[in-house]
This record gives sequence, structure tokens and C-alpha cells, in this order.
Amino acid sequence: MIQIEHLTKSFGQRRVVDDLSFSVERGEVLGFLGPNGAGKSTAMRMITGFLPASAGRIRIGGHDIADAPLAAKRLMGYLPESAASYPDMTVNGFLLFIAELRGLAGDAKKRAVHRVVERCFLDSVLYQSIETLSKGYRHRTCLAQSLIHDPEVLIMDEPTDGLDPNQKHEVRNLIREMGKTKAVIFSTHILEEVDAACTRAMIIDRGRMVANGTPASLKAMSQSAGRVTLQVTGPEVTAVQAACATLAEASAVEAVGGKVRVSPKDKTAGAALARALMELAAREHWQVAELHAEEGHLDEVFRKLTVSDTVRA
Amino acid sequence: MNTTAFHHIRAIAKRELGSFFGSPVAYVFLVIFLLLTGFFTFTVGAFFERGEAGLASFFTWHPWLYLVLVPAVGMRLWAEERRAGTLELLLTMPINPWEAIVAKFLASWIFLGIALLLTFPVVLTVNWLGSPDNGQIFAGYLGSFFLAGAYLAITSMTSALTRNQVVAFIVSVVLCLFLILAGFSPVTDMLTRWASPALIDTVAAFSVMTHFEGFQRGVVDSRDLLFFVSIIAFALFATATILRNRRAG
Ligand SMILES: Nc1ncnc2c1ncn2[C@@H]1O[C@H](COP(=O)(O)OP(=O)(O)OP(=O)(O)O)[C@@H](O)[C@H]1O
Ligand SMILES: [Mg+2]
Repeated sequence: MIQIEHLTKSFGQRRVVDDLSFSVERGEVLGFLGPNGAGKSTAMRMITGFLPASAGRIRIGGHDIADAPLAAKRLMGYLPESAASYPDMTVNGFLLFIAELRGLAGDAKKRAVHRVVERCFLDSVLYQSIETLSKGYRHRTCLAQSLIHDPEVLIMDEPTDGLDPNQKHEVRNLIREMGKTKAVIFSTHILEEVDAACTRAMIIDRGRMVANGTPASLKAMSQSAGRVTLQVTGPEVTAVQAACATLAEASAVEAVGGKVRVSPKDKTAGAALARALMELAAREHWQVAELHAEEGHLDEVFRKLTVSDTVRA
Repeated sequence: MNTTAFHHIRAIAKRELGSFFGSPVAYVFLVIFLLLTGFFTFTVGAFFERGEAGLASFFTWHPWLYLVLVPAVGMRLWAEERRAGTLELLLTMPINPWEAIVAKFLASWIFLGIALLLTFPVVLTVNWLGSPDNGQIFAGYLGSFFLAGAYLAITSMTSALTRNQVVAFIVSVVLCLFLILAGFSPVTDMLTRWASPALIDTVAAFSVMTHFEGFQRGVVDSRDLLFFVSIIAFALFATATILRNRRAG
């Protein structure tokens, strides 16, 4: 549905988005990750046709955004980062207005507005003017706007920003559900959302793609991925450590506060390592108090792959 | 015009007018406009002392009155959308940018038209006092409406340049002032000392004064109309170009 080839954007001399290529099909939810100023919003603005690309090609459902902007825009729903809406309108008036611009009329228009009002829990503020809404409600109003024509492609820039924990949860569910039938791209700074909602995640740093894969494969890139922690009662820690080091699956064994931490040779083979340790414990007649394999941490991967402003300075 | 374009224009213009009349600005503007037209017509324009049944003293002041009032109406057109971020929303909708430009222009123009229509007591007054040439008065109104449209289109253009309404206002006033002065007789008379009459006439041909004069005398000349329509078309076209090249900022 979404095809991006060599997408590049420069503001003056500075390259803000640098040669991004990827595609998102129906049924996929792509999470955009990256530090502040990485170029996530800029990339989304180009995809939605607000900013012209400096180079590269964007196709939405086969329509080139530069050559057939209207056809491409019709397929897309967009929640901008600012979550802007017209402050002097009521929620209802605003949604009706957007529905009209989306080409809906009459009964279809009313039904569409009714549907998104329910989806985004806006019933209680329907006739309130937008400037008097709290930030979260304003955000939800703009979110509702992006869903009004039931688009096949959804582009959302930080959709959970400013929402309370319940609403964050609702929005993640919504994204996951939308992702079953639509092509979705959303950006976030909350790494748990990648697990909660994405089928694939992409990390961008200074405009360049530094990682792209399923949440599990990204997590496997972390130092701690596949590491197994073992605690046994009885024998000395050093003895356990020595025994663990003999395993073929283990690459490094360290003792941390009465526990033994075993790193695997192959990061994706954490489960095999855990099994081997279990068998070892049975052979040695250890009483196992704790044994668990770590999946890896996204924030670790994120920190490793991106250069934050603090480090740069 | 195809129907989808019409629907889009209607939706945007309706929203725009709604936001005008939903805010006190519209009413403040109307009151100020009516007070000022009254003041200029009856006091400065010496309406009664003239002893003629016509609205010359009414229309003479319009280019100067609009100089401040029209930019005040139009300055928010695009500057506000840009500042509030709704420009991003509007331009990612499946609409042609020119539809939004025309719609927003039309809405403000309609508003100015309403303000102008509300000056009808002046017309009633002259008709009550004497028997004026109502055709001439109609021509004056028509010219005044197009004059306002020309200023408004220029303001739309400057408003697209910036997110700051004050900057939009000032630049519009300066541009409109130029359009007045290029054909304002005290200025052109002064220039005859340095420039050739042909040059002065050429410059004056770009002035709203030159083209508004005919309407005031009751002459609806298609060339004068064409002049105002060209200014509007050009300025709106420039608005589109500016919006295309100054996205995001
Ligand atoms: N109109 C513009 N002119 C010049 N530079 C710009 C413009 N818009 C964005 N930038 C720059 O491009 C870079 C990327 O900005 P962008 O908003 O895409 O970052 P982001 O990844 O969305 O960051 P955040 O996580 O803070 O939202 C920033 O350094 C920003 O200063
Ligand atoms: Mg951003």
C-alpha cells in the first residue's frame, strides 16, 4: 500500500531525511522510532503530501503523491504531530467539516461522524468548542478526524502523546485493530508501544534508517538478548559459574550477587541455552530458585543505534 | 466548475464565515466600518454642505478606509492557519489548494460585501433628501466592492508569506498604499516635474485610484472591471505559489 523509495529531504544544506526506502502492506503496523529531530515527522509530512520531497518517490496504493496527489490523499488518514484543529469550532462541527472535505454527504456523513465519535470517546464533548477542551480531548478530536473516511492507509504522528494511561491503552488497541486490515505507520517515543501495537519497527537516526525489523528481531540486537539468569540454592556461586561455563551454548558467564548470568553464543538461541541450563541443574541435582531468559531490551538497542543530542554535544 | 470543487469551496467558505461571525472581531469590524464611513461622509466629506444629491463624499474615502480595514480582515487568512498548524491538516485533505484559496478569499469578500451593504442608510438618506442618480450609486457600490476584493486578494498573498498576522497586515497596507499613490493626483502632479507624462500614465494605470474613478462617476467600464479582476486573479495565483513553496515553515 505504501511504497517509499529513496526518500530524501533537505532544508537548505541540512539533510533531515536521508534515503529512506521501505514499504508497508495491508495488515502491517510500522512503528517509527528515533530521537528528537531524527526526521520522523518530516518523513510523515512528505508521505502525506504536505511537504514536497527533495528526492525519491512515494506511492500510496499505486498513486504517486507528486503526480496524483488527490488520489493518494483520498486513501490516507493523517494525524499530524500538532494534532491541530480549528479552536473556534465545536467537535461536531469540526468533524462534519472534515467529512465534507473527504467527500461525504448527507446520511453517510452523519454516520461517519457518529462512528468516529464513538471510537474516540468524544460523546461527552460533542458540542463543546475545541478551544475549551483539555489537551487529551483535543488530541482525540484530531485522531477522530483521521479516521472519518475509514482510510486504507493511516499515518499517525505520536498518536498517544498527551493521553492518559486508559486512553493510551485504547489507542494502542485501536491501532492494532486498524492494522489488521489497513496499512498503518505511527511514530512514538514510548518503546512499549512497539510491542503493544507494531508488527514491524524502524529506527531512524539523523534521517537515516538504522534498524528495521519485527519487534522481536530488534530486541535480539540488544546486549542482554538471550541472556539467562540462574539462581540455585546449595552450591557456591563460583562452582555453579564454573559448571555453566562448560556448556557449549554459553559464551560468557558472570556472577552477580548470588546469581549467575549466562550469555548465549547465539543471541537468538536464548531458549536453547535455558534448556541446557535446566538439564545441567538436573544432572548436578541443584535446587533451582530462579531461571529466566531475557528477550532483550528495545531501549538498549535504541540507545546503541542512535546518537542522542546529549552525547553529540 | 465540477461539483466536488464546488462542495469543497462551499464547505471551507462556510467554515470561514462561521468562524468570522462566531468571534467578536466581525462585529467590532462592522461597527468601526460603519462609524468611519459615516464620519468621513458626513463630517470630513462635507456631505450636507455640498448640496448635491449623490454619494461622491461617501465613495471618495473608500480607497483610504479599505487601506486599513481590509488588511485587518484578511491578515489572518493564511497566517493563522500556518500558526495554528491547521494548514497541515487542510493541505493533506484530498482537495486542490486553489479550492481552499478561493474559498477563503470568497468568504472574506462576502463578509466585506455584507459590511458594504450595511451602509444602505446612506443611500436612503440621499434618496430622501433629493433625487440622486441611483445607477451611479450602484456603480459606486460595485466599484467599491471590487476595490475591496483587490485589497483582500493582496492581503491573502501577504498572509500566506508569514505566520505573523502583524507582519501580514503591515506588508499589505504598504502594497495597497502603493496601488493608491501610483495614481493619486497630488502624487502624480508632483512627479510630473521629474518624469515624462507617458511614464506617469503607465504607472498610474496600475493604480486603483485611476480605475475606481470611473465607477464613482457612474461609468462601469469593462477595462476597469478587468483591472480589478486581474489584480485579484494575480494575487490569488501568487498565494498558491507562495503556499506551495513555503510549506512547513
Ligand atoms: N521547515 C523546516 N525548516 C528547517 N528545518 C526543519 C524544518 N522542519 C523540520 N526541520 C528540522 O528537521 C529535523 C527533523 O525534524 P522532525 O520534526 O522531522 O523530527 P522528529 O523526528 O519528528 O522529532 P520529534 O521526535 O521531536 O518529533 C529537525 O532538526 C528540525 O529542526
Ligand atoms: Mg516529530
